[in-house]
Amino acid sequence: MCRPTHYRIAYEINPWMSLKRQSNHARAVAQWNRLYQLLTRELGVRVRLFPPRPGVPDLVFTANAGLVEPHRHARGTSTTTFHVGRHPAHVKDSPAPGGMTGRTIIRSNFRHPERQLEELIIERYFKRAGFRIVRLSSRYDFEGEGDALWMRDTLLFGFRFRSDEPAHEELARILQARVLPVELADRRFYHLDTCFCPLDARTALWFPGAFDRYGRKVIESLVADPISVSEADATRFVCNAITIGGAVVMQTGGSARLQRQLARRGFRLHPVDLSEFLKAGGSAKCLVLRLT
Amino acid sequence: MASEIVQVRGHIIDSLILPKVLDEVMDLKGTFEILDIAIGKRKTDPSSARLRIQAASSRHLDQILKRLARLGAMPLHLTDVHLVRATKDGVFPPAFYSTTNLPTEVRFRGRWLKVRNIEMDCGIVVNPSSGEARCRPMASIRKSDWVVCGSEGIKVTPLERTRQPEVFQFMGSAVSSEKPKTQLIQRLAREMRAIRRAGEKILVVAGPAVVHTGSGPYLERLIKAGFVHVLFAGNGLATHDIESALYGTSLGVRLDRGEAVKDGHDHHMRAINTIRNLGGIRQAVRRRALKRGIMHACVRYRVPFVLCGSIRDDGPLPDVITDTLKAQDEMRKHIPGVGLALMIASTLHAIAAGNMLPATVKTVCVDINPAVVTKLADRGTFQGIGIVSDSESFLRELCSALHP
Repeated sequence: MCRPTHYRIAYEINPWMSLKRQSNHARAVAQWNRLYQLLTRELGVRVRLFPPRPGVPDLVFTANAGLVEPHRHARGTSTTTFHVGRHPAHVKDSPAPGGMTGRTIIRSNFRHPERQLEELIIERYFKRAGFRIVRLSSRYDFEGEGDALWMRDTLLFGFRFRSDEPAHEELARILQARVLPVELADRRFYHLDTCFCPLDARTALWFPGAFDRYGRKVIESLVADPISVSEADATRFVCNAITIGGAVVMQTGGSARLQRQLARRGFRLHPVDLSEFLKAGGSAKCLVLRLT
Repeated sequence: MASEIVQVRGHIIDSLILPKVLDEVMDLKGTFEILDIAIGKRKTDPSSARLRIQAASSRHLDQILKRLARLGAMPLHLTDVHLVRATKDGVFPPAFYSTTNLPTEVRFRGRWLKVRNIEMDCGIVVNPSSGEARCRPMASIRKSDWVVCGSEGIKVTPLERTRQPEVFQFMGSAVSSEKPKTQLIQRLAREMRAIRRAGEKILVVAGPAVVHTGSGPYLERLIKAGFVHVLFAGNGLATHDIESALYGTSLGVRLDRGEAVKDGHDHHMRAINTIRNLGGIRQAVRRRALKRGIMHACVRYRVPFVLCGSIRDDGPLPDVITDTLKAQDEMRKHIPGVGLALMIASTLHAIAAGNMLPATVKTVCVDINPAVVTKLADRGTFQGIGIVSDSESFLRELCSALHP
C-alpha cells in the first residue's frame, strides 16, 4: 500500500475524476488509515508500504503498479514446470525468508502520461525489494492488477480503456497460464477490478452491465457462482473489494440484498468508507497490490 | 474492393475474441475469409488465426480495421514498402522485387497503392510525388526511378476460385487431347459474349498456321462480327494472309483445293513486295489492292493489330516492328481492358503476350501440339484452359457457336 500523503485530484483521466470535486486531504488520510488498520490489525495481513512521492498522486492506487506473478504454491501445481528453467537462480522450492525475494512483477505500461511517471518509481522500488522486473512490449498498455484478476488458474484480463488486448498474449506467455481477455463496455468501469471481483474458486462479484455479451458469456462460463450486483451498488464500487480468506473488505453503503447474498455464502463483510478515493475512481481494491 | 490481412493471436477461442472479431466484421458490413487458423492443444496454448478482411471501399475498410485493432486483430503489414533509387538506366537495384501477374498492392506512406499494369517478371516503380505505383519492365527503368525492393509492404492477392461452374474453372487441369471440345467451345462462346457485354476486350494472338490450315476466313468472320478487339501476330500470319488474299495460296498451296501451285513458292515474297511498294497494309486496303483476309478485316473494322518481327522474317512487311523492345511496348499499350485472350497456333507471340497479361485475364490456348499448350498453360496463367486442336476445326466450331 502507499500512504495518501500526496493524494489529490490533479487531473481528469476517468469519468469519476473532476477537478471541481477536490478530495478532502485529512479525510482521505483518515479513511486510508482505517483501511490499513483493518487489514493489519483485524485481518492479520502483512502490508509493505510503498514510499509516497510528490507529483504522482495516483501512486496511492498500488493495484495498478503491476501484476505479481503468483507463486506456484499459491496456485496448485500447474506452474511448476514454468519456474524451473526460466529463472532457476531466483526460484527455490519454498518461499525465501522474508517472503519476497525471487518473485517477479510484471510492471504496468500506463496509458495516460500523467501516470506514466509512476513507472520508473515502481520499477526502482520493486528492484530494491528483490523482485525480478518484467516489462511488456511498450507498444501495448497494461495497468497491472487493475485489469488482470485470477479466477483459479485462469487470469481474466480486461481491455479497452486502460489495457490493450494484445498484451494478453504476452501475459499468457510469461505466466504460462490461460489468459482470457474481455472487453470492457462501460467507461465508468474502466478497469476490470471496478466491475469484477473474484471471491473464491467458485464465486465472484460482478456488474454484468460493464461487459458486452461476449464478456458476459466468458465470465458466466468461468465463474460457477457469479453474484451480479445492481448498478447502484456497482457505482458505489462494491466490486472493488479486497478478499482475504472469507473476509471481504468493501466500500460502505452496499445494498442489503448484496450483504445477504454474501452472508448466505459465508463471507464476512468488513465495510470501510473510502468515499474520498471514489472521487478518483478507486476504492479498496485499487489501494492494494497483492504480493503473495 | 479493399482488403487487408489481419492476425489475431492468444487465447482467442475461450475468450470469444475470434467470434467477436468475425461478428464485428459482419456487423460493419465487411466480409472475411479465414486464411488459416491454429488452435492450441492445451488450455494454456495460444491460438492464432489469419483473416482476410474485405470492404467496399478503403475508407470502409479503415473503419473496420480500427475496430478490429481494439480487439487485438492487427494488420500483418505495418511497414511501408522499401524504395531504392535505380542507379543506371535499364537496371534494377540489386534487391528489387520481381512481380507476379497477380493483383498487387504496395504500402506507401501508410496507404495501399494498387500497382498499375501488373505484369509478371517486372519491377514496381513508385512515383513519390504522384503517389502512383506502376509495373515496369527492366529495359524501361530510368536512372533515379524509385524501385520497390525487398518483400515488406507488398500485398499480392491470389485470385478467388469462382463458386459457380464455368468454363475457366478447369484452372490448372492437365492439357489433354482427349477432352470433349464441342462443349468446351460452346462455353467459351458464351464467355466471349459475356466479356464483350461487360465492355472488356478480347485479344487474339494468332500464328501463320491459322492461314495455312484454311481457317483465315473464320477469324475474319470473328473480326467482322466484333469478337476480336485487338490482334497480336508476326510477319508470318500477315504475309500468308495477304498472299492468300492476293493469290489464293498460302506458302504456294491453294487453299481451296489443297494443291501446290507451280511457282507458288514465291507468292509470299511477291505479296510482301506489293505491300512494301504500297507503303503498308493500311495503304494497301485504302488503295483497294487488298480486298479480303484477316488483315483487311482488321483495317476495315478498325481492330488494332501489332505485328512483331523476328530473326527469320522475310521482308518484312512495313507494319512489322523489328525492334523487340519497341514491339513489347506497343503490345503493352493494348493490354489494359483485355478480359480474354485467345491464343491460336502461336508459341512465341503467345508466350510474349501471356507474360504481359495480369492473372485476372482469362486465357485460352489452342494448338495442335499438346507440348505447346502445356508450355503456355505453365506460364503462370491462373485462369487458363488449353485446347489441343487443329486451328481450323477450333475456329470453325467457335464460329458456328457464336454464329457471326
